[in-house]
Amino acid sequence: MHVLITLIPLLPLAGFIVTLVFGRGLLARRPEIVSLAAVTASWVLSMIVVVHVFGAHDKTIDFNLFTWISAGSFHVQWGYLVDSLTAVMLIVVSTIGMLVHYYSIGYMRGDGGYYRFFAYLNLFMFMMFMLILANNYLLVFLGWEGVGLCSYLLISFWFHKKSASQAGKKAFLVNRVGDWGFMLGMFLMFVTFGSLQFGKVFAKVPFVSPGIVTWISLLLFVGAVGKSAQFPLHVWLPDAMEGPTPVSALIHAATMVNAGVYMIARSYPLVSHSHTAMLVVMIVGTFTAIYAACIALTQNDIKKVIAYSTISSLGFMFMALGAGAWVAAIFYLFAHGFFKGLLFLGSGSVIHSMSDEQDMRLMGGLRKKLPLTFWAMLIGALANVGLFPFAGFWAKDEILGGDFAAHYYLVWVVGLVTAFITAVFMFRLMFLTFWGENRASADVQHHIHESARTMTVPLVILAIPAALLGLVVGLPPDGGFMHHFLSPVFYNVEQEHFAWAGRGGALLLVSLVIVVAGIYTAYVAYLRRPELPARAAARVPWAYQASQRKFYMDEFYDVAVIRPVMGFALWLADVVDTKVIDGAVNGLARGWDGFGRRLRPLQTGRAQSYAFATFAGLFVLIILIRYIWGA
Amino acid sequence: MSAVDWYLTLATGLFCIGAYGVLARRNVILIIMSLELMLNAVNIALAAFANFMPGAAGRGTFFVLFIITLAAAEVTVGLAIVVANYRNHRSVQANEFSEMKG
Repeated sequence: MHVLITLIPLLPLAGFIVTLVFGRGLLARRPEIVSLAAVTASWVLSMIVVVHVFGAHDKTIDFNLFTWISAGSFHVQWGYLVDSLTAVMLIVVSTIGMLVHYYSIGYMRGDGGYYRFFAYLNLFMFMMFMLILANNYLLVFLGWEGVGLCSYLLISFWFHKKSASQAGKKAFLVNRVGDWGFMLGMFLMFVTFGSLQFGKVFAKVPFVSPGIVTWISLLLFVGAVGKSAQFPLHVWLPDAMEGPTPVSALIHAATMVNAGVYMIARSYPLVSHSHTAMLVVMIVGTFTAIYAACIALTQNDIKKVIAYSTISSLGFMFMALGAGAWVAAIFYLFAHGFFKGLLFLGSGSVIHSMSDEQDMRLMGGLRKKLPLTFWAMLIGALANVGLFPFAGFWAKDEILGGDFAAHYYLVWVVGLVTAFITAVFMFRLMFLTFWGENRASADVQHHIHESARTMTVPLVILAIPAALLGLVVGLPPDGGFMHHFLSPVFYNVEQEHFAWAGRGGALLLVSLVIVVAGIYTAYVAYLRRPELPARAAARVPWAYQASQRKFYMDEFYDVAVIRPVMGFALWLADVVDTKVIDGAVNGLARGWDGFGRRLRPLQTGRAQSYAFATFAGLFVLIILIRYIWGA
Repeated sequence: MSAVDWYLTLATGLFCIGAYGVLARRNVILIIMSLELMLNAVNIALAAFANFMPGAAGRGTFFVLFIITLAAAEVTVGLAIVVANYRNHRSVQANEFSEMKG
């Protein structure tokens, strides 16, 4: 089993190297073949490992391969940890990763950087596997930074486009802020516990002061806020949609952005020890959930809507983690990976058939022309809004039930409102895209066609778990398969017994009504009476503007961060560099120049004076040797 | 003072006169002549050592012969340079040759 686990990340790494080196030479005809083989093999291995963990009595496999870093008392092992939490992540990452690889064959065909794209995807898979398989924080950080790098490379994949290269830079820089927190957290952790290995750290948590545990947890959470695009570090994710759509599906919906949730969940023994940290996680998550949902309501770019929906969903997960509904959070992550990946791949199929148009105002009526895409996306949307019996329903309601059970009633209400808004904007997207008349130009309309088989098959495959996952692993609520499977990881979590006829059932009914009301609102506003949204916007123009402009977050960062930094840089360039630094360098040169000028008269040019100096020197030396140094 | 000291005193005197000439004279030809004086002072010292040191007889005179030959060659080259320099500068005054001035 150890060999198989070791191979899971290694195969995509090999695929990356081979594809990058031979992509334009030996493999020029089919550059994707090696990377496809690598991820498929990794998927098979992952499934074997998952089945093994599922069947094993002791679900934890923890082993070290070699000492990675050793300096003084600081030792870090290169080691892997597989338990039921890792198994869940393995399923999501390997499955969606593989499907996105296959999908990309059709989506990226004919692109100049075709082989490069697959090489990057493989590198991403390697880093993501490292992130979820690592058994210590530093190795997690390796994967963490690695996926960040791949995210940067893939967002700015079409680097000749100014907006794409800038979006990549933005993602990289914003994530840096989060990584700063993660690193400080690790420093503090090492100083406190003397180790970065999960097992060793968690074993010592009860013996250190709660204040330090709170600080470590909060610093780790800063990292999670950056990677998982939580307020106020969410601004990079919508811009990341500049990348090719398969990238949005894989990295910015289903896997990488979940890394923050995974990391906090992995740190369960640590974070759950600090009430303050839990509270902060929940507040940030809750606020992000409703905040992003409000923005998604007015966006016109189909990918931007799904991007804000992703931020909102990630906020939901953190809300669950902070409220103590740990299993529900992972359950939601699991389901979300599938349905959000499905929605992104579906939107990619739509964009592809619309001649790269992303504005929903120019779509419509695609239901008949793209039937497969339509049905797949409908399932994805229903799962996302959480309608019975799709996957999102069970996961979302476990989270809301968890909030209620933990007596965070305000959070529960905000969660319900978010669910309502989610239903509205998700079906706004569906209605604008697939119903009504097509509003594109005649030329674009002429070219509309269902996407190639390599693109639709992954959609269909993803639609299955998006529809049925909740029924399979989530029933009965708060006691389903997920709970039993993850109970060794999240030990000591108090679990209320779910009662269909009691409070649990009532909560389910409430949220179901809310969701249906949301879908109906969207139906009225965007199909029955399409003039309504414009009238509503005209009634409260400031609210519409605020949402449309993303609550001015980018403008805020522009004024609060970018301009001061730019001003400071300009000051450094114009004042410090030209006056101070150049002044010092030139002054030094002038000083030596003057010194040299003073020495010039010594060089008379007369051979005789040189000869005199030689003789005088000789004389002095003789005196010195004979009388002073004593021969 | 033993016998060799007389010779060495003579050699030292000649050497100092030569050195003074090299440093003080302006005329290049006189400088070269002073140089010859210094070389011959050394020759006297070597010949004296050769005569008074039993084991050094052959080697001392050998050196003297070498230096005489060398001095002849050196004067040849030196005078040739002086002539060439005179053509350029119309002068044999050493203080007028100041191309090496920094």
